[in-house]
Amino acid sequence: MTPAASAAHRAAEAAARTAYGRLVALLARDSRDLAAAEDALATALARALARWPDDGVPANPDAWLLTVARRELGHRRARAATALAAEPALALLDDERADTPAPDLPDERLKLLFVCTHPAITPRIQAPLMLQVVLGLDAARIAAAFLVSPAAMGQALVRAKARIRDAGIAFAVPPPEQRPARLAAIRTAIYAAYGAGWGDAAPTGNDLAAEALFLARLVTGLAPDDAEAAGLLALIALCEARRPARRDAHGAYVPLDRQDVRRWDRDLVREGEAALRRAAAMGQPGRFQLEAAIQSLHHQQRFTGADLSLPLIGLYDRLLAIAPSIGAAIARAAALTAAGAAAAALAALDALAERCRDHQPWWAARADALAALGDGAAARDAAVRAAGLSQDPAERAFLLGRHAG
Amino acid sequence: MQYALIYHETAAELARRDNDTSAYWGAWDAYMGAMGAAGIMRGGAGLLPPTTATTLRIAGGEWQVEDGPFADTREKLGGFVVIEVADLDAALAWAARAPCAGAGSVEVRPTLPPPAA
Repeated sequence: MTPAASAAHRAAEAAARTAYGRLVALLARDSRDLAAAEDALATALARALARWPDDGVPANPDAWLLTVARRELGHRRARAATALAAEPALALLDDERADTPAPDLPDERLKLLFVCTHPAITPRIQAPLMLQVVLGLDAARIAAAFLVSPAAMGQALVRAKARIRDAGIAFAVPPPEQRPARLAAIRTAIYAAYGAGWGDAAPTGNDLAAEALFLARLVTGLAPDDAEAAGLLALIALCEARRPARRDAHGAYVPLDRQDVRRWDRDLVREGEAALRRAAAMGQPGRFQLEAAIQSLHHQQRFTGADLSLPLIGLYDRLLAIAPSIGAAIARAAALTAAGAAAAALAALDALAERCRDHQPWWAARADALAALGDGAAARDAAVRAAGLSQDPAERAFLLGRHAG
Repeated sequence: MQYALIYHETAAELARRDNDTSAYWGAWDAYMGAMGAAGIMRGGAGLLPPTTATTLRIAGGEWQVEDGPFADTREKLGGFVVIEVADLDAALAWAARAPCAGAGSVEVRPTLPPPAA
């Protein structure tokens, strides 16, 4: 590849990554036709790759792409309407050569996020839809993270886009009385994208984690008054900060209490802590802020060596009061074990037994509580059961070794 | 519904039966134990390696007996189970827990319903 061609490639790729959602939002805002907007943008990106190496990268690549994609959309409509394919080719060429003015393109991505998470869209397709139309991920990659077949994911996305177009879901910011619930739907979808593929809390996460982090940053930028959005960003940033430390040099799983804190990503820790402070200052506590605060306490415990298990249990109690979940209840029991109250932990776990028969974290927490109570044989059985329910080879090996012999 | 989970392992993964014995069998025992404890197992078997296979075809009334599996593929059939679960998502969740899911593949297939009486 010549230097000019590779520069054009890089510019087109950068435009695709950073501007995809912004351009889709602008292209679909009036027609509500996301599929057509994406097709037109794909055509524009292909044309950019063909032309920029010779013509040079335009001063405002986004505006260039928008112009070409809009023209493409217009042609498609004209073709559909009149079946006439005669194109004003010279005008097209002029348009693309013209030094496109560089207006400040409005950022309509918040409206796009509201559309993707509209109550009329099936909840389970909201996160995949967001990943596709805001970030341009292909259906196969999304399908892999959500553990469904690419064909099924592709069909579900096509159906959701047709529904947006045909049901007339508006590209609009919802009225104030609906805004909190609609913002909550956006956060839920981002969290689902982050959690997709984690299965039973496998330690690796999935390759959508970076995308979820991007979306969380985006929402805090677009809705800076939303404390829970900042809480979600804090939670994802703090969890992602630990990713480099979750495996040792041999690929073996390392639990939080044994991780090398020097391998945590300092920038993400700072970003998460700053987001948590911003959220707390708004005085609207919520589920994601509490979960982020729990991660933050875990970090402080590791950084300072202080025993913060009692405040941790307090945070879990508050979390369970506003957002009860199996995961939080099990985590609270694990905190009880860590605080030296293994008998209470075991009792709390027993109360969940009915719903947790095939739930890996429950068996792992049970193994630790039993081991703390000195029942080695029962701890070993529970750890083996947890290993049998794990989807992650490193975690499985860790659990099999945890209470062995 | 009943599904067959058909486990395919890479040659390297199969070799762990001999060179990484306790970790390999520990993982499979834990997995099979969890399915047994969940009460979903309806049948199945682990298989000895493909080198032990003998393949028979009859052509024109003649037996043709060959050493080895019916097809020499990159991933080898290591065994299968039949489980009873609510739906494909539940079957996939159990497939994902198989030790070979990350070192081979798991084919999930509904079993044929019993013939109508």
